[in-house]
Amino acid sequence: MTVETDAIAAGMPAHDEHELVQLLTPEGERVAHPDYDHLVGDVTDEDIRALYRDLVLARRIDTEAVALQRQGELGLWASLLGQEAAQVGSGRALRAQDHAFPTYREHGVAWCRGVEPGLLLGLFRGVDQGSWDPRENNFHLYTIVIGAQTLHATGYAMGVQRDGAVGTGDADRDTAVIAYFGDGATSQGDVNEAFIWAAVTNAPVVFFCQNNQWAISEPLERQTRIPLYKRAAGFGFPGVRVDGNDVLACLAVSREALQRARDGEGPTLIEAYTYRMGAHTTTDDPTRYRLAADLEHWKLKDPIERVKAYLTRGGGADAEFFESVEGEAEAMAEHLRAYCRGLPDPSATSIFEHVYVEPTPALVQQRDELATYLTSFDIGGDGSVGNDSVAGEEAHR
Amino acid sequence: MTSMAIGKAINAGLRRAMENDPKVLVMGEDVGKLGGVFRVTDGLQKDFGEDRVIDTPLAESGIIGTAVGLALRGYRPVCEIQFDGFVFPGYDQIVSQVAKMHFRSGGRLRVPMVIRIPFGGGIGAVEHHSESPEAYFAHTPGLKVVAVSSAVDAYWMIQQAITLDDPVVFFEPKRRYWEKADVDEEGSPDLALEAARVVRSGTDATLIAYGPMVKTCADAAAAAAEEGRSLEVIDLRSLSPLDLPVVFDSVRRTGRCVVVHEAQRALGIGAEVAARVTEECFYSLEAPVLRVTGFDTPYPPSRVEEEYLPDLDRVLDGVDRALAY
Repeated sequence: MTVETDAIAAGMPAHDEHELVQLLTPEGERVAHPDYDHLVGDVTDEDIRALYRDLVLARRIDTEAVALQRQGELGLWASLLGQEAAQVGSGRALRAQDHAFPTYREHGVAWCRGVEPGLLLGLFRGVDQGSWDPRENNFHLYTIVIGAQTLHATGYAMGVQRDGAVGTGDADRDTAVIAYFGDGATSQGDVNEAFIWAAVTNAPVVFFCQNNQWAISEPLERQTRIPLYKRAAGFGFPGVRVDGNDVLACLAVSREALQRARDGEGPTLIEAYTYRMGAHTTTDDPTRYRLAADLEHWKLKDPIERVKAYLTRGGGADAEFFESVEGEAEAMAEHLRAYCRGLPDPSATSIFEHVYVEPTPALVQQRDELATYLTSFDIGGDGSVGNDSVAGEEAHR
Repeated sequence: MTSMAIGKAINAGLRRAMENDPKVLVMGEDVGKLGGVFRVTDGLQKDFGEDRVIDTPLAESGIIGTAVGLALRGYRPVCEIQFDGFVFPGYDQIVSQVAKMHFRSGGRLRVPMVIRIPFGGGIGAVEHHSESPEAYFAHTPGLKVVAVSSAVDAYWMIQQAITLDDPVVFFEPKRRYWEKADVDEEGSPDLALEAARVVRSGTDATLIAYGPMVKTCADAAAAAAEEGRSLEVIDLRSLSPLDLPVVFDSVRRTGRCVVVHEAQRALGIGAEVAARVTEECFYSLEAPVLRVTGFDTPYPPSRVEEEYLPDLDRVLDGVDRALAY
């Protein structure tokens, strides 16, 4: 561990307050870091190529979803553009047994957790409210109410503690939980309460804040007077700021924090310093509140280009590799288009399912009323009205 | 048979649930060493340890939100909200997260948790300590909402609520915590959690109540009997879902219905019962469904709460008005 235990005990940030942990410069140069090099000492060129592939595919999933929204196939999309390294770096630091609690923008983390990318579209298309099984990939459903999931993550981590799955030294058993949230969320009471709970219970949870500088139209200075990672000191656990566009640094910092959690050493706040290159969502218009020049500045820090430069310069990958990844990305995009258009609309009466584990008599009555009403429009006699064939059949019984 | 007060019966029910299932946890403010401000969790931390009976930080959203996470991990948390008026910092987590998790996950995720709330007035308390917020929760799909009125129900219903895989908001009539009854701890519950109970049979009018008003209505019915009036009293017990067949059956026999609750009148449980009774029992009704309730004001200072709260005389006045049609 590189974290100074005295500093933790004093509730102070583990590292110099001005330090932004960076291992890969925007130009793709590998720079040494005394505290974090050893955490990625095992990372080979093959691993970097795999990270590059993750970054490109995460971006391609995102740009395709934006396109699908523009074509009217999705009602909304929250773009991760610019935040790929923060998500892939942290996502690849997770072990199978670890559990992630995302916001609604963690498409790159979902990719790393092995969630079928098509499943991410349902919520935004309006056909469901989260269609992957969180138990299969240890990746919770998206949470839209800002910050609410940080408490769920903390409670889940308290459960991990009670299961005796921390500090045993068994790499396959010791479990960490990671909560994703943004800079805006740090103003929410729930996030601050999660910090307090995690601190006093020493819960195995990592708070991973992607500071993308914007909460829709509000810049960071509307949320805080101090760097966000420094808030951790006030709660009594370490905080660290990492270059959120540096996938290697995000991997290193996340590995350290997750291992602290698994070892029973408690929570960590990671502030991944990045930039939201796109709009808040597809309904947003950032030209109303920010300068194009800022965007140009951050384009130079692109999370994918620096990895490409690193691999190219060091001979870690050749043109054939980059072409093959591009090919995969195009295939992914095509898969998403087909997947999206193939998603069926839910039947009208399906809304009555799963309100409770067993439907109540009142819900059964309302479902039957709706089915009967819909069937009253049925002139074909086959019990079907548009997509509501189920409703029709039920009413005919 | 053991003579038990309602508060003690909940304590005994919690204890039994914790003995039966090691995943059951109790969490809240002051529930551990102190045993809760009403001592409902007295002795549980001593016997089950600090990992299962958790003195939490003082923040209601945190209590509910971390309980959601514990439930997702396989635990069955029983959260105590110290007083009715303090539930609102946790309201977002209850309404947006707890209530919807099963629905939005397509049935993949369950949050089997119980949120205990001492509710209602009549104890001379300062503001925010005497409220009846049950309608906010009964209005929310995905939550089950119950209110207990007796020690026997308290003992069994807390266990039934904990066993249920749906989240339950569990209202406890704080002014009746010390009301005693004989509880047979070795038996089994005679009703499902969602079932209403006919507390007293009658023929002239139906009184419908829950929580602290059940006793008030039973007393009113006893007084009315002395004057030759036969009132049926129904304890709803479950406010969501409502066990309406029991209500309909009664009103079809009596033709008159008066709903009684401490909560403010507008858009309350009484409004829903009145609407449903009107829909289903229209041709049996001899009078409109009337409500005897708190008023549509904030809960008043305690020196005037006796005027705000329905009591025996106001219930009988409501019955008189129903019988006058």
